[in-house]
Amino acid sequence: MGPHGAAPFHGQGNEMFVTSAFAQETAPAAAEGETHAGTAVPAEEHGTFPPFNAETFPSQILWLVITFGLFYLFLKRVVMPRLGGIIDVRNDRITQDLDHAARLKGEADAAVAAYEQELAEAKTRANTIGQQASDAAKTEAESTRKKLEAELEKKLGEAEASIASIKAKAMKEVGTIAEDTTSAIVEALVGGKTDKAEISAAVKSATR
Amino acid sequence: MAAADKVDPIHQFQIHPIIPLHIGGYDVSFTNSALFMVVTIIVASAFLYMSTASRALIPGRLQSMSEMAYEFVGNMLRDAAGKQGMQFFPLVFSLFMFVLVANLIGLFPYFFTVTSHIIVTFTLAALVIGTVLVYGFAKHGFGFLKLFVPHGVPGYLLPLVVAIEIISFVSRPVSLSVRLFANMLAGHITLKVFSGFVVSLSAFGVVGIAGSVLPLAMAVALTALELLVAFLQAYVFAVLTCMYLNDALHPSH
Repeated sequence: MGPHGAAPFHGQGNEMFVTSAFAQETAPAAAEGETHAGTAVPAEEHGTFPPFNAETFPSQILWLVITFGLFYLFLKRVVMPRLGGIIDVRNDRITQDLDHAARLKGEADAAVAAYEQELAEAKTRANTIGQQASDAAKTEAESTRKKLEAELEKKLGEAEASIASIKAKAMKEVGTIAEDTTSAIVEALVGGKTDKAEISAAVKSATR
Repeated sequence: MAAADKVDPIHQFQIHPIIPLHIGGYDVSFTNSALFMVVTIIVASAFLYMSTASRALIPGRLQSMSEMAYEFVGNMLRDAAGKQGMQFFPLVFSLFMFVLVANLIGLFPYFFTVTSHIIVTFTLAALVIGTVLVYGFAKHGFGFLKLFVPHGVPGYLLPLVVAIEIISFVSRPVSLSVRLFANMLAGHITLKVFSGFVVSLSAFGVVGIAGSVLPLAMAVALTALELLVAFLQAYVFAVLTCMYLNDALHPSH
């Protein structure tokens, strides 16, 4: 390996790499390489770039066919039906759930519409009832008022009539009282009997 | 020189037998490559199997990942090849998962990257093209050859266009396999080189350790990039597979 100088890496000559690989095998510090299953590099591999070494082809093809064939069968028979099943089941489930959700949404929408309609009906009904009640209350109040007014009117008339009759009676009695009083005063002052007619005329002329 | 000897970016691609095996004159030993193929399919299968074990209606994180991969590949194939293409879903899904998991496992230090060997990627590409050919001819017979004769091309240009179409078809397995292989190979070499710088430089005392910060940062950044590449190449491989399968289904453009 001497002529390669101090550079840690050299050109890509295959032979050189293989020989250095061989050197590595024999070197005490061989730990720095690749995995080795405890075997030395077979002598016939020397001098060939490993991927182009035709002697390893039959083995690689055979084992590839075996392993890949098994892998193919395993995937085809076991893994892919399972994965496909999982995904199908999930898709079915999602479709089902979406359908269910759509149905529930339809139901909810219908319920909301029915509720709103009922609400509107109830509102109009409430308005009518309120209107009717208020109208009835108004007419009743009106009639009560009228009845009360008529009653009051009548009572007022009666009262006035009674006042008038009382007044007339009182006025009539005033003359009698005045005559009595006058006759009493005259008797006291003049003494003797008084002429009733004379006094009545005097009172009448005085009150007039 | 000791530092230089320790770093060999190609060494990680070496294949060595773990259980030597020879059948019919061929060396078909169980190698580290085969070991990591086994690891790849076990990891991928175990992940897909266990993450979906509960079959939860509301997926957890891991089940989500499995489902995402499944639907990702499924949509990709449906977009490219239509509903008819879904018969190839297991193939495309296994290819995608295999390449993806192999790429990701390869990112661990000391691990072997299965897809960094051209023969592996080429075998997978040959599987795709083989499927296209077999299915195409089985379904359409010689009508499949219409694939090479686009509509609306003037007669005098036809030989040229057909030649180009044939070349482009033949180069598909090559481009499909080389793309993946070259990406993984180059990425791992670059990573190794920069990590090697860190090791080599730190051997030169305090100054070297200070100087090794830069390649270390670079190695970290490259690891992130390689993570992206690992996914991207699996995706590209799967997408191209879908498009080629579409040709098998609908050859007359």
